[in-house]
Amino acid sequence: MDDLYREVIIEHYKNPSYRGKLDPHDISFADNNPLCGDHIQIDLRVDGNGIVTEAMFSGHGCAISQASADLLMESIIGKPLEDVKKLNKQDILDLLGIDLGPVRLKCALLSLKVLKAGVYGLGEASDSLVE
Amino acid sequence: MPAYFPMTLNIEKIRNDFPILERETANGRRVIYLDSTATSQKPVQVIEAMNDYYRRSNANIHRGVHTLAEEATSLYEGARERIAKFINASSSREIIYTRNTTESINLVAYSWARANLKAGDLVILTEMEHHSNLVPWHMLQAERGIELEFIPVTEDGLLDLEAFKALLNRTPKLVSFTHMSNVLGTINPAGEIIKLAHAAGALTLVDGAQSVPHLTVDVQALDADFYAFSAHKMCGPTGIGVLYGKTSLLEAMPPFLGGGDMIKEVKLRSFRPNTLPHKFEAGTPAIAEAVGFGAAVDYLTQIGMDDIAAHEHEITEYALERLEEVPGVKLFGPPAEKKGGVAAFTLEGVHPHDVAQILDQDGIAVRAGHHCAQPLHEKFGIPATSRASFYLYSTKEEVDLLVQGLYKVKEMFG
Ligand SMILES: Cc1ncc(COP(=O)(O)O)c(C=O)c1O
Repeated sequence: MDDLYREVIIEHYKNPSYRGKLDPHDISFADNNPLCGDHIQIDLRVDGNGIVTEAMFSGHGCAISQASADLLMESIIGKPLEDVKKLNKQDILDLLGIDLGPVRLKCALLSLKVLKAGVYGLGEASDSLVE
Repeated sequence: MPAYFPMTLNIEKIRNDFPILERETANGRRVIYLDSTATSQKPVQVIEAMNDYYRRSNANIHRGVHTLAEEATSLYEGARERIAKFINASSSREIIYTRNTTESINLVAYSWARANLKAGDLVILTEMEHHSNLVPWHMLQAERGIELEFIPVTEDGLLDLEAFKALLNRTPKLVSFTHMSNVLGTINPAGEIIKLAHAAGALTLVDGAQSVPHLTVDVQALDADFYAFSAHKMCGPTGIGVLYGKTSLLEAMPPFLGGGDMIKEVKLRSFRPNTLPHKFEAGTPAIAEAVGFGAAVDYLTQIGMDDIAAHEHEITEYALERLEEVPGVKLFGPPAEKKGGVAAFTLEGVHPHDVAQILDQDGIAVRAGHHCAQPLHEKFGIPATSRASFYLYSTKEEVDLLVQGLYKVKEMFG
């Protein structure tokens, strides 16, 4: 269980590399985790070939949600949006390198839901986006 | 260790009644259950009563004439009578079984309010309500155009009664408020609020989800018009709750759900509703749960609600004192004299989820989040809190372990 707070998670939580906002941006979306009210916004810049060139997240949440957002931003920079659309739950768990119960899983997946809702241009970050 | 046990209750004996308190969590730690505000643990007396019901007496109630049906019916109705006594209702006909507090409040919103409120009518709530006493009124507002106003919560977590008195000049039809906050722990002066509301011509609905489990509640002394509570927070099972209502009000209200059991007579094109309390209990109810609810009420009565409240007060006082010592801890809500066994707090620099998760590694169960009171958290400018809550089985030793755990959290995030 101490695994949950692996050094890497605490490190990304305390010193995130991709925390902030992008203005202007090509894609921006925000939503809440209804279980706890945690809030994440993601801003992207995308080039003419549909490649993510910059990505930032903002908002507030626990170490798991913030670390996973930071790791997610890191992992999508340089990737085509088409690849971003394919990301799912397992990709986040692989990034974090931990297993999570159903409640904390929601925290971990919030950033991916927000990201995909933004990329698809949807009105809401729903669970079905990451399953 | 005995020094830890307050004099009011025989805690050792009580803890033995709760088998779950013996269990170990993943790391081989004994569970330290500090989440009774969300749901309480269940004593063997309740578990056995439900077990016995299924082993010996199970049948559908009311319509059967065979032995099992008679037995099931009298167990189901007997529980209702003891619940009525527990809150000093004048008759068991005033005790409507529901699924929980939430459904009880919705019953009032659907039946009483839709029959009695029109556009522009005012309902007064408070800023410390659980979502279950907000959303039904939001829904009615959208449907009917009723108006909502809120008694403000002061910095120290109390209702601002002066502001309430000013709101009463606008002749509200209903004042619906929580007797005890599930976040701040504040015990509101329900009797006084009800008196003021009545003087202004309004009816009252009290959310008793947190008060009935922890305090002696007398609905007649309070003069409450409606009073809602859940079994699962008072040593009983999930899936059953109560709406208490004054007979005259309940009789005048249209039925809520339609179907079997709630009727006196059905024709192809019409029906006549049953008498109280059955008028509001459509379909096969939670029978085993009612039996368990009755056993829970017996259990609490036998220990004594005043002693339970005194014990919780002692633990809460101690917990607030100990938590205050931890650097970076900020407590929410009034001082111990004005609250029940709830300690909501934040720890500087650490998200409440992380606090709860790290405590869990030592078997300590606290809750983290907005506790279904998002507007209240917004008011205090925080998205979430961690919450430790206490009941008759809580000990000072558990509080010490909580405090130790918090130091560990600080170390990890330090
Ligand atoms: C003050 C208060 N009201 C209402 C409820 C809702 O109770 P239930 O979920 O049993 O309907 C709760 C439960 O958390 C509560 O604490």
